[in-house]
Amino acid sequence: MESGFGSDFGTDFGSGGGGGGKLDPGLIMEQVKVQIAVANAQELLQRMTDKCFRKCIGKPGGALDNSEQKCIAMCMDRYMDAWNTVSRAYNSRLQRERANM
Amino acid sequence: RSWRGGGTGTGTRSGAGSGTGMDAASGAGLGGADPQLQRFIEVETQKQRFQQLVHQMTELCWEKCMDKPGPKLDSRAETCFMNCVERFIDTSQFILNRLEQTQKSKSSFSESLSD
Repeated sequence: MESGFGSDFGTDFGSGGGGGGKLDPGLIMEQVKVQIAVANAQELLQRMTDKCFRKCIGKPGGALDNSEQKCIAMCMDRYMDAWNTVSRAYNSRLQRERANM
Repeated sequence: RSWRGGGTGTGTRSGAGSGTGMDAASGAGLGGADPQLQRFIEVETQKQRFQQLVHQMTELCWEKCMDKPGPKLDSRAETCFMNCVERFIDTSQFILNRLEQTQKSKSSFSESLSD
């Protein structure tokens, strides 16, 4: 996952167009892509947090102990592995379907 | 029995996604003056559908394939994930096909619903 996302999220479009100028579609497209990427990263983090909380935290204590933290760290990596595996498998399937059409 | 690649397989053709707010309009009237923008919207919408399904399948398959998170994804789990994706898509296709058949054999779908 890229770092540094979210810095320009929500800023206005077209402000680089000059005085009273037209909106630049190229700029808009780039900004939309950034926002989409941010949204996907947020979605991934949200689901990962959910799954890893379920796997790693039993009865919630006063703090996250060492074993819980280790578990969460491993869980994050495994979730990314799973996500990548699913993405590849889905992509292959789509290509196979298109080839059969 | 072909499956249109890239769709969610839920049978909706209007581009309705899973409600994250990332759905683009179907293209009619949005950016209609600019074909480049139109094309961009189509492509990004398609990409988003793919991403959404990956999110959804990862979540589902995690429940089925993952026990305790270990230092790496072992081959059994990896195979499980790959099978899971295939079976999910098979399920989606199956549902679509059977629904289509049910609609053909009855005179109208709404009649069959009100049984």
